[in-house]
Amino acid sequence: MALEKPYLDIPGTTIFDADQARKGYWLNQFCMSLMKPENRARFKANERAYLDEWPMTEEQKQAVLDRDLNRCIAHGGNIYFLAKIGATDGKSFQQMAGSMTGMTEQEYRDMMLHGGRPIEGNRYIGEKK
Amino acid sequence: MATIVGAITTSHVPAIGGAIAKKLHQDPYWQPFFAGYPPAREWLAKARPDVVVAFYNDHGLQFFLDKMPTFAVGAAPEYRHADEGWGIPTVAPFRGDPELSWHVIERLIAEEFDLTTCQEMLVDHAFTVPMSLLWPDVDAWPVRVVPIAINTVQYPFPSPARCFRLGQAVGRALEAWDRDVRVLVLGTGGLSHQLDGERAGFINKAFDQMCMEKLVAEPEALTRYSTVDIIREAGVQGVEFVMWLAARGALTGTVARVHASYHIPISNTAAGLLVMENRPRGAAESRAAA
Repeated sequence: MALEKPYLDIPGTTIFDADQARKGYWLNQFCMSLMKPENRARFKANERAYLDEWPMTEEQKQAVLDRDLNRCIAHGGNIYFLAKIGATDGKSFQQMAGSMTGMTEQEYRDMMLHGGRPIEGNRYIGEKK
Repeated sequence: MATIVGAITTSHVPAIGGAIAKKLHQDPYWQPFFAGYPPAREWLAKARPDVVVAFYNDHGLQFFLDKMPTFAVGAAPEYRHADEGWGIPTVAPFRGDPELSWHVIERLIAEEFDLTTCQEMLVDHAFTVPMSLLWPDVDAWPVRVVPIAINTVQYPFPSPARCFRLGQAVGRALEAWDRDVRVLVLGTGGLSHQLDGERAGFINKAFDQMCMEKLVAEPEALTRYSTVDIIREAGVQGVEFVMWLAARGALTGTVARVHASYHIPISNTAAGLLVMENRPRGAAESRAAA
């Protein structure tokens, strides 16, 4: 029986549910390894070789190499764990979050300073603003 | 008998830890946020808690997808912070109160909350940042702690109503604790924010302010929201509001708002702070309630 997913109509949002947690298990394990400074150093020295130590799919590895967080999430990544890649790169959480929105860093920062993305039009897919 | 002095609920954005370490309190970006905290500390100085019972959510420092407890209660003599891989400076270890922890665990399990118990437990920024905001510049923390972690990483999460009832059960356990200690309840996280996907940057000020308003006097009204309702209205990570509900649930007396502050943005988040005092019900009131 399929899992109940009463959240699929929320726009621009992937809920980290059981399907995602299963799909992304090793991608997220890789991210967790970056909590150790020696692993961050090894990853930075040779990203591909470090990724090849993990039983991740090729799509997952490529999404990490491309630093494409939306694709990382589509392949099962969780933002809390993915954030450890960003921190390894010296990126702030705001830079990481902004990178998923199609906005430039400055546009995203300005949007936040002006109160963030509004609720109107963002509750349901297809909702009129 | 233990006295529940009140609850403080506050956001725990990791960037705050960095700003504290860099002493950015007067920086124009940070000043309006930090300005919210002195009144909370003034109240704390009068409330004089001995112990903090904290509801928070771990972000992968202690719990990972290999084992993900829905509710985990600390029962350790000491809790350490560690490198989260996010560049947040670590803070001094916290002294636990294992006797109180095991008392709370016993009562919660008797009330049919099936818990994970932790005699070793790392605490992450969601625990340390609020503690640093409440007790800045201390060499050793002036309180013992009992951390209670609620899963908001891997869906399904416990419902807002369930988290509120967990808080109520914690409040009953604290009231039944036969020691002369003063307890502060802490709830950390929120308010509205979303860190991932094309909807990242989502903020809902009206919803946040309604929640802060209702939490004091009519928290039950907020327990009617489902997990998905809160995600829809407050963003994926806005679901951390359940920590606020749990903390409010633990206040067993008459609750008064002492202080509130709300500021947009800190990083991606609407930052909220609420200080609620727990005033014991009068004898007449207790009889009426019995």
